[in-house]
Amino acid sequence: MGMTATQKIFARHAGRKSVAAGELITADVDLVLGNDITSPVAIAEMKKAGERVLDPDKVVLVLDHFVPAKDIKSAEQCKIVRDFAREQGIKHFYDVGCAGVEHALLPELGLVRPAALIVGADSHTCTYGALGCVSTGIGSTDMAFAMLTGKLWFKVPRAIKVVLSGKKRRYVTGKDVVLALIGMLGVDGATYESLEFFGALSELSADDRLTVANMAVECGAKNAFFPVDDVSHAYLTSRGVQVRDEDIVLPDPDADYERTVHLDLDAVLPAVAFPHLPSNVRFFGKDVPNGIKIDQAVIGSCTNGRISDMRAAASVMKGRKVAKGVRCIVIPATMEVYKQCLDEGLTSVFIESGAVVSTPTCGPCLGGYMGILAHGERAVATTNRNFVGRMGDVTSEVYLASPYVAAESAIRGELACPEV
Amino acid sequence: MSGKVFKYGDNVNTDVIIPARYLNDASKENLRAHAMEDIDPNFAKEVREGDFVVGGFNFGSGSSREHAPLALKAAGVRAIIAKSFARIFYRNAVNIGLYIVESPEMADEINKNDILTVENGILTDVTTGKSYPLPAMDDFVARILERGGLMEAAKQ
Repeated sequence: MGMTATQKIFARHAGRKSVAAGELITADVDLVLGNDITSPVAIAEMKKAGERVLDPDKVVLVLDHFVPAKDIKSAEQCKIVRDFAREQGIKHFYDVGCAGVEHALLPELGLVRPAALIVGADSHTCTYGALGCVSTGIGSTDMAFAMLTGKLWFKVPRAIKVVLSGKKRRYVTGKDVVLALIGMLGVDGATYESLEFFGALSELSADDRLTVANMAVECGAKNAFFPVDDVSHAYLTSRGVQVRDEDIVLPDPDADYERTVHLDLDAVLPAVAFPHLPSNVRFFGKDVPNGIKIDQAVIGSCTNGRISDMRAAASVMKGRKVAKGVRCIVIPATMEVYKQCLDEGLTSVFIESGAVVSTPTCGPCLGGYMGILAHGERAVATTNRNFVGRMGDVTSEVYLASPYVAAESAIRGELACPEV
Repeated sequence: MSGKVFKYGDNVNTDVIIPARYLNDASKENLRAHAMEDIDPNFAKEVREGDFVVGGFNFGSGSSREHAPLALKAAGVRAIIAKSFARIFYRNAVNIGLYIVESPEMADEINKNDILTVENGILTDVTTGKSYPLPAMDDFVARILERGGLMEAAKQ
């Protein structure tokens, strides 16, 4: 039986000719990522062990969740990471001013290479699989172990093959595609498994793919994988990554997929995940009811904080006003995106429409700060989770959608999709 | 040693196990004080050393925050029994030496407030009188758990 692309990448990093689903292996990792929430716990473990990072160039530390520091305790957490980066000579350390939401930042910096094995102490580390590598979320102890040894233990995953067909409709984005998929699979439909994408990939831009891969974890997946094609090749090249032929990994023709899921893009409509599960998906023109009033719209995050997301939101908001009583919070995910928004005039569009524009942060997505919901309030957000209490009070509600839908909803004051 | 059962449903996610508003402080005291706060505000008050948490499918879904299993461990939880676990939570629990048991049968049959004991690989629900052999684990995972976590296992 042949290997999936993910299994091939694991085999390579384990120094093996082949691996099989279910096997426990130890593999060399190419990058270890941590943020201001998860790194301090890993650093404490490292300090207990009393040893140094094996290869500082393989460690990436990004302050993004609660920065600029939201309170004294957060400031202390950031300081722990900052001091550690200096002590250990970690050059890939990104602080306020050069940082951004980690999963938007790493691809932008050209740190994501195809065929790499990347681990990160953040569940949305699965984002990078959009660019032909294997990347997955781990915990803080894992992070400490990987920093110390350059290796980590893995269970080789089984895989689901996702075959796309057809063409996307207007206002349908990577977000709608992945929400449709999560709706099909359920929140644990891919637990411990890889999601490998094939078929009509040219319908998805690099940014769309990053959004799709980002939310793979919301159906339990270990990783998402898109083979490198012209679209991702061009993206990687634009980010200074030299793509070598041997780094373009494809599955064996007889790869062992547990099952195949077909997703017809023609049938995907602009989507919203209703509270309180990302799988609770409804579609405009089908079953999104009218009149769901919102108090807040959040446009940003590792899922949808890239420049194409900002352009989508601005295209809807240009010349229009945010509805009275709605707070619209726009958060470009990195400083590069932030500057691009300024250069392209998008920031003016947002501000003139009555939105606020924040410096990069994960902030409201996880109920940290910069837009916490009060009792019973409702937000539409381009983020990735709508769990109970995710963005604030336990009685508040989060509706997940694309930047088009979030922007249109902000303007209309209720869940809405731009009219085609 | 016996412990009481705290029982929850499917998809108990890491946001309710330890809400993000408390992630600015990774101390055991802080995590213990707010464990399960958004799903069971009484948990932190009522839980005692050696108690058990029982859940449904997809326990520990969501964020990779190790603070979630750390909060349950700091609260004194001896083991978590669930129908299935989200993979990062599973790794994290193993890596910090917190026992987890994947068993749909046990998760269905064991009730809230039941008293459990574990001895020689057998879990007994003293309240219902039923005993369950603990499911076998991968040797590798069992070794990490026996040694109290990944870093401890790596030292030996």
